[in-house]
Amino acid sequence: MTVDQIIFILCAALILGSALMVVTTGKLIHAALWLVAALFGVAILYAILQAGFLAVVQVVVYIGAIAILFIFAVMLTRREMLDKGAQTRSNWWLPALLGLLILTGLVFLIIGQPAFGRTAAEMPLGVDTLRNLGMALVSQNAFVLPFEVASILLLAALVGAVFVASGNNE
Amino acid sequence: MIFLNDPINFIAGWMRGLLTGWGLPEGLTTVIIYVIGITVLIVFAMVLDILLVWVERKVVARFQDRIGPNRIGPFGLIQPFADIIKLIIKEDLTPAGADKLLYNLGPVLAIASVIILWAILPLSEKIFGVDLNVAVLYLVAAGALGTLSIIVGGWASNNKYALLGAFRMVANMIAYEIPMVVVLLIPTILADTMSVQGITQAQSGMWFAILSPLGLIIFLISAIAELGRSPFDLNEAESEIVAGFHIEYSGMKFGLFYAGELLHAFTFGGFMAVLFFGGYGGFFGLEKIGFFSWLDNPFVQALVFLAKAMFGYWVIMWIKYSMPRIRIDHMLAFNWKFLTPLALVVLVNTAVLSKVLAGLPAWGYVLGMFLSNIVIGFITVEILRAYGRKQHKVESKLSPQNTQNQEQAV
Amino acid sequence: MQNEWLYIGIFLVIGLIVPIVPLVFSRLVAPRKPNPIKQSTYECGVETVGDTWVQFKAQYYVFALVFLIFDVETVFLFPWALSLKQMPLFVVLEGVLFIGILVAGLVYAWRKGMLEWA
Repeated sequence: MTVDQIIFILCAALILGSALMVVTTGKLIHAALWLVAALFGVAILYAILQAGFLAVVQVVVYIGAIAILFIFAVMLTRREMLDKGAQTRSNWWLPALLGLLILTGLVFLIIGQPAFGRTAAEMPLGVDTLRNLGMALVSQNAFVLPFEVASILLLAALVGAVFVASGNNE
Repeated sequence: MIFLNDPINFIAGWMRGLLTGWGLPEGLTTVIIYVIGITVLIVFAMVLDILLVWVERKVVARFQDRIGPNRIGPFGLIQPFADIIKLIIKEDLTPAGADKLLYNLGPVLAIASVIILWAILPLSEKIFGVDLNVAVLYLVAAGALGTLSIIVGGWASNNKYALLGAFRMVANMIAYEIPMVVVLLIPTILADTMSVQGITQAQSGMWFAILSPLGLIIFLISAIAELGRSPFDLNEAESEIVAGFHIEYSGMKFGLFYAGELLHAFTFGGFMAVLFFGGYGGFFGLEKIGFFSWLDNPFVQALVFLAKAMFGYWVIMWIKYSMPRIRIDHMLAFNWKFLTPLALVVLVNTAVLSKVLAGLPAWGYVLGMFLSNIVIGFITVEILRAYGRKQHKVESKLSPQNTQNQEQAV
Repeated sequence: MQNEWLYIGIFLVIGLIVPIVPLVFSRLVAPRKPNPIKQSTYECGVETVGDTWVQFKAQYYVFALVFLIFDVETVFLFPWALSLKQMPLFVVLEGVLFIGILVAGLVYAWRKGMLEWA
């Protein structure tokens, strides 16, 4: 058990535990904050994988924008911000069984992969991942077209949001 | 490695030798050294915070033509300690119906989100926490955690004024994050790196404040809005919603919010110094002359950095105590309709010019960048004046005198 | 690079612990005599009227949405900014196109009145 594995297991426990609390807790605001904890755990995973830029972007975009959007939505729509009533349905054993079967299938598939059990390759020193990412995003035989299409996708999202938000007035 | 030239590595090397001599494994040694270094840095930041309380009270007193605390200790220097003792022995009231865990988490998160910024603040070339290669975005990420702490604090108080104040504050903070992140791209382009050490090194020839003064101004305005200080302090609008999201906090929790705000202001002053004023260096090449080689000493650099950060903090205080508060709809309109387009124009200008002027000698580059900023500023002011004239005409037509004249004419 | 993030992780943990120290100290030292009047919610000195729930304007949500779009845009711009020194001028124009498309979105939201606080 190397230190890396211990840190990974702790991080995974944080993410899974927070995700479980998101769906089972009674108060919606607590659910939103457990979601923040889960997203933060994912950011820690990115940092462990030496993708520092993605870790910081995860915090900035997911926790700084999307989680806040969730919290605003909760505040705007719920009168009491509490989930009253039972948290589970009466036939909860059927979806649980299905979930367990899918999990078993996936675990068998993953164990059967030839790459399973090997540790990830270390990034060679002196490779500036961030600059390579930047150059890949803008060079013509790499990702420049998806880069520009992403901006059109964001424009579509913005126009859609504006339209939906103003739809009541038209 | 002599201590004077490289203090942190010297001490770390000595400790590492000591600890491995005691038989501890390598990884644990690293962790212990990190923990000691981090504790020293954080304690330094907190002590600085206490000093900042004194500076703030003296400066606000001078701005308001009075003296400020001068009874306790020489020049009132012991005053902040007296304040801390008072806050600690105050009763810690938890309002009825407040969410206990979140209520206690709010102030802790607020000050934690400021302290983690000290990990990347470059006090000198050799004295810093860690040289992160995404330091500029890390600044924004710490701001995101701060925003979260405000929501937690406001919601956990079970008080509608706190909640209202928290939401206005968060709407304000997230709005002003956009011009700030856009303007943070300007030192990144000019220095070709996102690490604060790299940005400071790139300014050894010329400060970025001269290459991009509009960038500095936009960063200053967005930073003040991010901090929630006047003129953007809707959150603490004493006459409106009585201290906003920290109404229900008393004692040391309120002290943590307050101290956190001051430390945040100082840290932003420090980042302004790093990003635009050359950080711990920026002596225009003076340190290469033999006589001034002492400017390369880490301790001198740390003092220079702290002096520049204190200057930035003083500018932020100056603006706070001189300007009236701005209304929330004016604040948001100012951001989305003026500051964001302006920031994007300045960014595009910097990016294009950094390629077009790349071949010119140094003075041509500097002059080109500076003049382009002046031109953009001039055009902006002209647009604002034209808009202001139009508004004035519309309003004067609607004024009572004109309507009276029209009635008489009829 | 592992060591950098380890440092930041330890910094975060200690940064969360350090503010708790004065709070714990205060808990030990300060008097604690709760009574219902002291613990009642503050509303400018009078009794509270109604639940702790206020009708929030939908405008908050619209602003948060516009902020989200622009946040993602600026995050895309960071790798672009780092590649400028080594690539030709054409790359700057790619970025300008990216920014321009999103400025068109901002103008659309502005004209539709989504940026008003009213």
